[in-house]
Amino acid sequence: MRIKLFTAALLSLIGVTSVTLAQTKKKAAAKATPRYSLAASITSGLAVYKQYCLTCHQADGGGVQNLNPPLAKTTFVLGDKTKLINIVLKGFNEDVEINGNYYSNAMPAHNFLTDQQVADVLSYVRNNFGNKASGITVAEVKKVRETK
Amino acid sequence: MRKKSFLYFLPILAIAGLIVFNACTTDNGKTVQGHAAPAGLTIPQGFSASVIAENLGAARHIAISPQGGIYVKLQRAKNGKGILYLKEANGAATVANSFGAYDGTGMVIKNGYLYASSNTDVYRYKLNDKSEVINPEQPETIVTKLLNRRAHNSKSIALDDDGNLYVNIGAYSNICSEFDPDKKGCPILDSAGGIWQFKADKLNQSYAEGVRYATGLRNIVGLDWNKQANQLFVMQHGRDQLHGLFPQYYTEKQSAIYPAECMYALKKGDNAGWPYMYYDQDQNKKILGPEYGGDGKKEADAKYANPVAAYPGHLAPNGLLFYTGTQFPEKYKNGAFIAFHGSWNRAPEPQAGYFVVFQPFKDGKPDGKWEVFAEGFSGSAENTSSGRADHRPCGLAQGSDGSLYVTDDVKGSIYKISYKK
Repeated sequence: MRIKLFTAALLSLIGVTSVTLAQTKKKAAAKATPRYSLAASITSGLAVYKQYCLTCHQADGGGVQNLNPPLAKTTFVLGDKTKLINIVLKGFNEDVEINGNYYSNAMPAHNFLTDQQVADVLSYVRNNFGNKASGITVAEVKKVRETK
Repeated sequence: MRKKSFLYFLPILAIAGLIVFNACTTDNGKTVQGHAAPAGLTIPQGFSASVIAENLGAARHIAISPQGGIYVKLQRAKNGKGILYLKEANGAATVANSFGAYDGTGMVIKNGYLYASSNTDVYRYKLNDKSEVINPEQPETIVTKLLNRRAHNSKSIALDDDGNLYVNIGAYSNICSEFDPDKKGCPILDSAGGIWQFKADKLNQSYAEGVRYATGLRNIVGLDWNKQANQLFVMQHGRDQLHGLFPQYYTEKQSAIYPAECMYALKKGDNAGWPYMYYDQDQNKKILGPEYGGDGKKEADAKYANPVAAYPGHLAPNGLLFYTGTQFPEKYKNGAFIAFHGSWNRAPEPQAGYFVVFQPFKDGKPDGKWEVFAEGFSGSAENTSSGRADHRPCGLAQGSDGSLYVTDDVKGSIYKISYKK
């Protein structure tokens, strides 16, 4: 019992330390293997992107003229996180203008992806193709998925 | 030193790129010796090409009057004008008039009328003796209220010589999965995924007045009436995502080249089999779709229509024209030109297409291998493989002098290709 408590305390201490380390050494965050690493999430996100997104949105995130919207520098990608998470989970089929153009293909719902996969792929998309934005966490995806 | 040696190799790289470009684009078509024309196109010896108009907007289908007037349908109306009328003089075409406040694709001249389609309706405009539209603001509505569910919404049109109008109503889906989860039969085929026939001169027709002429066609953008066979020919855009949806049966490479983009010579009542089957241009077989129990090898029910010609996957045939002129050499007479808009669903494999193909015909049937007639629309081999094409061929028309006109719906150029004797 005592040993267990001690281990738990030690583990949480390590946890706190690593978070602190990550905060103080922002640039070395990836190397310090903290609990949440945007860099690691982006790396995992690339694999998800290749499997589920690349065919339509293309390797460069530029989409396809008139059919599939680009992911580079659009408010859909860089704006409201809840909306963006919902596009992945529920799909998208609306006639809206995106940077002066319209795109006719319907995006199917990708609710079969795990919270982790959705967080990773969106973090990847928000930090590639010339985009620079905060990552999306598993907790954020989970919250949106639970909101009916 | 490093920089120097790289520069030294540049011309070699460029030449290698050109060779790869020319060799790859034919896929398994016939290779034709060509030459580069000023318009940036490579075309067969004896032909010349020029760009007669630019920056028109997304130029889709095109029709040319006996007097040489050029009508172009814009995919998205620009400043409230979706149809452009251009006059050509001294190698340039300039916009003389514009009208029609709607998006769309279809543009055909027939029996003294200009027919134009939006993504839901077909209109016609009476022409005067100069083949100019008499009343641009008040067309007759021939067909109305066809489905537009965004995907595959081009209502491409063709007319026969017996007073009938044929309209594509594309399936608003890749493979109907979302509408047929239990595989009981795709329910959207009652009102989409086929060609509908209407009267060319009757007003306000819709589904109730039309006939579902042929079904099981995923999406048709290029279509034309063949006078020799007295038959409607259509080019189908084949299904996407074989690998993405069924990685156990298809590699990425297979998914890039299959299924074939098929040419069908339609008879009333034909069923081309979408979404239940697709055509494999290398096995030369109708293959059962993986959504319906197929595995890439099992054959589909023989009842489905056979294509009369098949082309590599995802090249997106957007224009079809039977050449009836006398300007081009004899071999082109009554053959088919096909504008391949170019692929996107081949990713991560290199993209392909963005060219105009010639398909030889004899007695109203394809006869022999297709060949690339005009290429270079994309701008470079790199643009082709990345899919970032500068121009994409879409509509085709035969000029009154027998020249071939090609539209581009990226930058809105019109190309004119002529033969010099």
